[in-house]
Amino acid sequence: MTALATALPGEKVHITTSPTTEPFWAAAKERRLVAPRCGRCGHFRLPPTPYCPDCQSREVDWVTLSGRGEVYSFAVVHGFPGLPDLTLVPVVVDLPDAPGARLVSNVVDIDPAEVTIGMALTVDFHPIADGWLLPVFRRAR
Amino acid sequence: MAGPNGLRDVAIVGVGATDYYKRGESWPRTTTEMACEAILAACADAGLSVKDIDGFAYYSGAGAGYGEKMDTADFMETLGIDEVTFTASLTSGGGGAAGSIGLARAAIVSGDATVVVTVMALQQAKHRLGTVFAQAKPDPINSFLQPSGLAGPGHLMSVLARRHMHLYGTTRDAFCEIALAERENAQNRPKARFRGVPLTREDYFNARMIAEPLCLYDFCQETDGAVAVLTTSIERARDLRQKPVPVVAVAHGGRREWGRAFAWMGMPDEYFASAGNRPIARRLYQQAGLGPADIDVALLYDHFSPMVLMQLEDYGFCERGEGNDFVLAGNIRYSPDPKPGQVPVNTHGGQLSEAYIIGMTHIMEGVEQMRGTAINQVNGAEHALVTGGPASLPVSGLILGRDER
Ligand SMILES: [Zn+2]
Repeated sequence: MTALATALPGEKVHITTSPTTEPFWAAAKERRLVAPRCGRCGHFRLPPTPYCPDCQSREVDWVTLSGRGEVYSFAVVHGFPGLPDLTLVPVVVDLPDAPGARLVSNVVDIDPAEVTIGMALTVDFHPIADGWLLPVFRRAR
Repeated sequence: MAGPNGLRDVAIVGVGATDYYKRGESWPRTTTEMACEAILAACADAGLSVKDIDGFAYYSGAGAGYGEKMDTADFMETLGIDEVTFTASLTSGGGGAAGSIGLARAAIVSGDATVVVTVMALQQAKHRLGTVFAQAKPDPINSFLQPSGLAGPGHLMSVLARRHMHLYGTTRDAFCEIALAERENAQNRPKARFRGVPLTREDYFNARMIAEPLCLYDFCQETDGAVAVLTTSIERARDLRQKPVPVVAVAHGGRREWGRAFAWMGMPDEYFASAGNRPIARRLYQQAGLGPADIDVALLYDHFSPMVLMQLEDYGFCERGEGNDFVLAGNIRYSPDPKPGQVPVNTHGGQLSEAYIIGMTHIMEGVEQMRGTAINQVNGAEHALVTGGPASLPVSGLILGRDER
């Protein structure tokens, strides 16, 4: 039996925000996955940045996404400094309802051997330091 | 402007290096002291006085590794350099290694400086580069990356390698072949950490998986040490001790589609499974009036074995997606007399098997190949390609040649 993939222990994960990125994390705290969409041309981008790279607009609509995702690529990481027995599946996620934007996250509670590119995912939220919630992904059922 | 035979207005005239140490083992030496040893050795090699240096052209933001900084004023005070007329750095990290010679050239052709040194020193007593992100302080942008547990650059690049395998059927056998070929090249290198320590296919496939699909031997070493390179005008170069090694082409930069690369992961498919070097390749070949078939030896930045494969594609030694078969056909192995279509890669053992000084050993090997003095010499080699590390922009490349006079 292979160890199931987990996320890093929540108390070890620290994030910081800026005025540009804060709405993403504020929504995650409410268990909503959001992405910034340009208010002028509709282009999605992640991580959030202050200007639309396509039209240079600063207008942003924070769109609540379905939470569906798809594995674009992934790694299977064995061990982390101080946590040699940990198995992680860091994943680059395509977001079908935010085309062009990707999230770097984890697939959790899965045998790493079962993860494949193209696998359908659904978001979940994992408590981390300072009361934040981190979007992670599970295999879609 | 490049002539029909490339730039050839400046030349590398001196190279120098310290011994290479395993991570942390250079202590109680300091980065400043090691950098100065490399600079003095480069001056001795060139037949110049350290007082002839009037320019500094760094990369990686003049970082000494990714923890400490180098500083021109420190070097002036320590070495007795009287006056500098140029001191500048390329931005970001090891991607600019080869391109730093272009910065030196910019100083020289503009008339700002006459003898320019490029130096890198690193010591990993405090900061271990292999898992650098695990200790990094969170910031608003890396908060979108670090929580995933991708603890170091190799972990990030494993994701690119996986995508390449998915798109093109690339196999771990090819990554193994890169590791084995470079290890073989290191066997007779006096300073190589893995001199006399051959690597077998069995070793490779039994090794610890760090970030699948990458294992221990896909990761470069973590080294302490320093390397310095001196660049001057081609005219002055002809009066110095060594045969001048002219800069035939040099470029740094890259496209937004690559951008922050694996610190971003937003690259469209044709860039995601690449080394981000295709725009650099195009510019180099244009400047030089050359193509991949004219490159006699390729010193490709090898922080991680899959990035060697992807650079072979970016630089046109094979088509996109054919890196696997190209490598497995034995085309990158060292031979003193390679056949058409073959290109010996990292004849010095590279960062996988000689030492990791953030790209500087590749420049040094390119110089030795063009002088005809390399330990694993490619007979009659006329052009050496040297690249900087596939990473956040800039990425960079350099073609060195032989002086035609
Ligand atoms: Zn826009």
